[in-house]
Amino acid sequence: MSDTAPFPIRPARFRNPTEETPLVRRLAILAAVLGLALLVFAPLLVVFAEALAKGWLAAVTSLASRDALSAIKLTLLIAAISVPLNAAFGIAAAWAITKFDFRGKAFLITLIDLPFSVSPVVAGLCIVLMFGTNSLLGGWLVAQGFPVVFALPGIVLATMFVTFPFVARELIPVMIEQGRAEEEAALTLGASGWRVFRTVTLPNIRWALLYGVLLCNARAMGEFGAVAVVSGKIRGQTATMPITIEMLYNEYLSVAAFSMAALLTCLALITLLLKTALERRHADQLSAAHRH
Amino acid sequence: MTARPLFQRSPMPGFGLSMGVTLTMLSLVVLLPIGALLMKGAAFGPAGIWDTVNRPRVWAALFLSFRLSLFAALFNLVFGTLLAWVLVRYRFPGRRLLDAAVDLPFALPTAVAGIALTALYAPNGAFGSLAKEIGWKIAYSQWGIFLALVFVGLPFVTRTVQPVVEEIDREVEEASATLGAGRLTTITRIILPMLAPAALTGFALALARAVGEYGSVIFIAGNIPLVTEIAPLLIVIQLEEFNYDAAAAIGIAMLLISFAMLLVINLIQIWSRRRIGHV
Repeated sequence: MSDTAPFPIRPARFRNPTEETPLVRRLAILAAVLGLALLVFAPLLVVFAEALAKGWLAAVTSLASRDALSAIKLTLLIAAISVPLNAAFGIAAAWAITKFDFRGKAFLITLIDLPFSVSPVVAGLCIVLMFGTNSLLGGWLVAQGFPVVFALPGIVLATMFVTFPFVARELIPVMIEQGRAEEEAALTLGASGWRVFRTVTLPNIRWALLYGVLLCNARAMGEFGAVAVVSGKIRGQTATMPITIEMLYNEYLSVAAFSMAALLTCLALITLLLKTALERRHADQLSAAHRH
Repeated sequence: MTARPLFQRSPMPGFGLSMGVTLTMLSLVVLLPIGALLMKGAAFGPAGIWDTVNRPRVWAALFLSFRLSLFAALFNLVFGTLLAWVLVRYRFPGRRLLDAAVDLPFALPTAVAGIALTALYAPNGAFGSLAKEIGWKIAYSQWGIFLALVFVGLPFVTRTVQPVVEEIDREVEEASATLGAGRLTTITRIILPMLAPAALTGFALALARAVGEYGSVIFIAGNIPLVTEIAPLLIVIQLEEFNYDAAAAIGIAMLLISFAMLLVINLIQIWSRRRIGHV
C-alpha cells in the first residue's frame, strides 16, 4: 500500500452541493441585469438624453421660465409643509403605539397603513368630495375665503394622504425592538417626559426617522395622481412639478418636459444615494427589512 | 377571566398628547375624506352605484386595471424573487449598483417614469422601434400598461424576499443535499416554501400599488376607451366633467374590489404559513 490515497479526496471537478451550476448562475445574473437595464437604467438615461436633445442651453432656459420656476417653488413649499407634519404624526403615532398597551392597537396600525392600499386618484377624489365647493364643508370654507380644492391646502392634504404611513411605518418596528427599558430608567432618575424623548428616544431613532423622512419627501415631491385630481392644474398657481411635466408633455414641448423630469430624477438619485448610505452605515438602527 | 382593560396604566408620560395628535391627524387627513367618499356612495345608493358601474366602458376599465395589475404582480413575483436570490447569493461586478437600482421606482416620480418609458417604448423610441420591426406594439397598447405596472411594482417583492434569503440557514440546504436531493429539488421543495410568505406579502403590495397606479400609466397607455383606458383615469374623466356621483361610484367599486383581493391574499398567506409551519 502506498502512502497516497487510492482516490483523490475531492473529485477533479468538485461542485458545492448547496450552489447552482455556473451556467444557471450566469443565466440568472444575466436575466437580472437585462431586466433592470430595460426597466430601470434605460428610462433613467433617456430622461437626460431627451432633456439635452437640443443642448444645455435649451434645457436650462426652459427651467428658468416663469411657470417652471413657480412650479419648482410650489413643489418645494408643499414638501416643506407636508413632510414635517407627517414626521410629527409619525413620531406621535410610534410613541403612542410602542410605549403603551391598549386595545385596538392592531386596528390603529391598519388604519395608518390604509393610504397604501387606496389609489392616489381615489385619495384625491375623497378630498374633492369632502372639501369641494358643492360639499357642505367646502362651500362654507369657500364663503369664508378659504378654498381648499384647486388651491394649496388641497394639494397639501392630498400629498399628506399618500405619504401618511411612511414615517410611522419606519419608526414603529425600530421602537418596538428597542423596548421601553431605557426610557423607564430615565424616568426613575427623574427626567421629565420631554427630556426622556429628547435625550433617550430621539438619539435612538434619529436614523430611522431620517430614513422615513427621506422616502416621504421623495414621494411628496413626486406625487402625481392625487395632486392631479385636487390641483385644478392652474398654470403658475397650482401646477406642481409633476403636473407641469404632464402639461408640457401634452403640448409636445419635449425638451421642457424632460428638463423638468431630469430635475426630479436628480432628486430621486440623491434620495437613493442617501438611502443606500444610511443602509450601509446605520443598518443596526433601521428596521430589519432595510438591512442588507 | 376578566376582559383585557382598554388601557393599561403606565408610568410612561405623553399618552394623551401622542394619541391625541395621532387620532386628530389620522381623522383629518385619512378617515374623514374616506368617510366623505363612503357618505357620497351611501347617498347615491347601491342601485345608483350599480347603474354607474354596470356600463361597458366602466366594466372594461375595471377589468383591464385588475387583470393587468394581476399579470404585472405575477411577473414581479417571479422576477422579484429571482432578483432577491441573485443579489443575496451571487457575487459579481455591479451587484451593489443593481441592488440600489431596485429602489428607483420608489424614488422616481411616476410622471417621470411614465414619460421616460413612453419615450423608450413608443414606435419611434429606442426599444419601441426595434419591437415595431417584429410587429410588436408596446407603448399605446396593453403591453405598455403592463410594462408601467411592472416598473412601479418592481421593488416590493425583492425587498420583502431579500431579508428572508439572507436568513436561510445553509445547513438546511446541506442536509437536503446529503439526503440525496438534487439542487433543483432543494430549491423547489426547501427554499421556495421558505420564501413563499414573504414573496406573497410583496406580491400583495405590488398588486395594490398597480391597481391604483395612474401617473406612469396614462402616458404610455394611449387611453382608448374600452381598450387601454384604466379605472383611475375614468375617475379623473368623470371629475373633470364635474360628475361627482359617477366618480364616487367608480371609486367605491375600486376600493371594494381591492379590499376583496387583499383579503383573499391574506387568507392564502395565513394558509401557506400554517402549512409550512412558519410564523
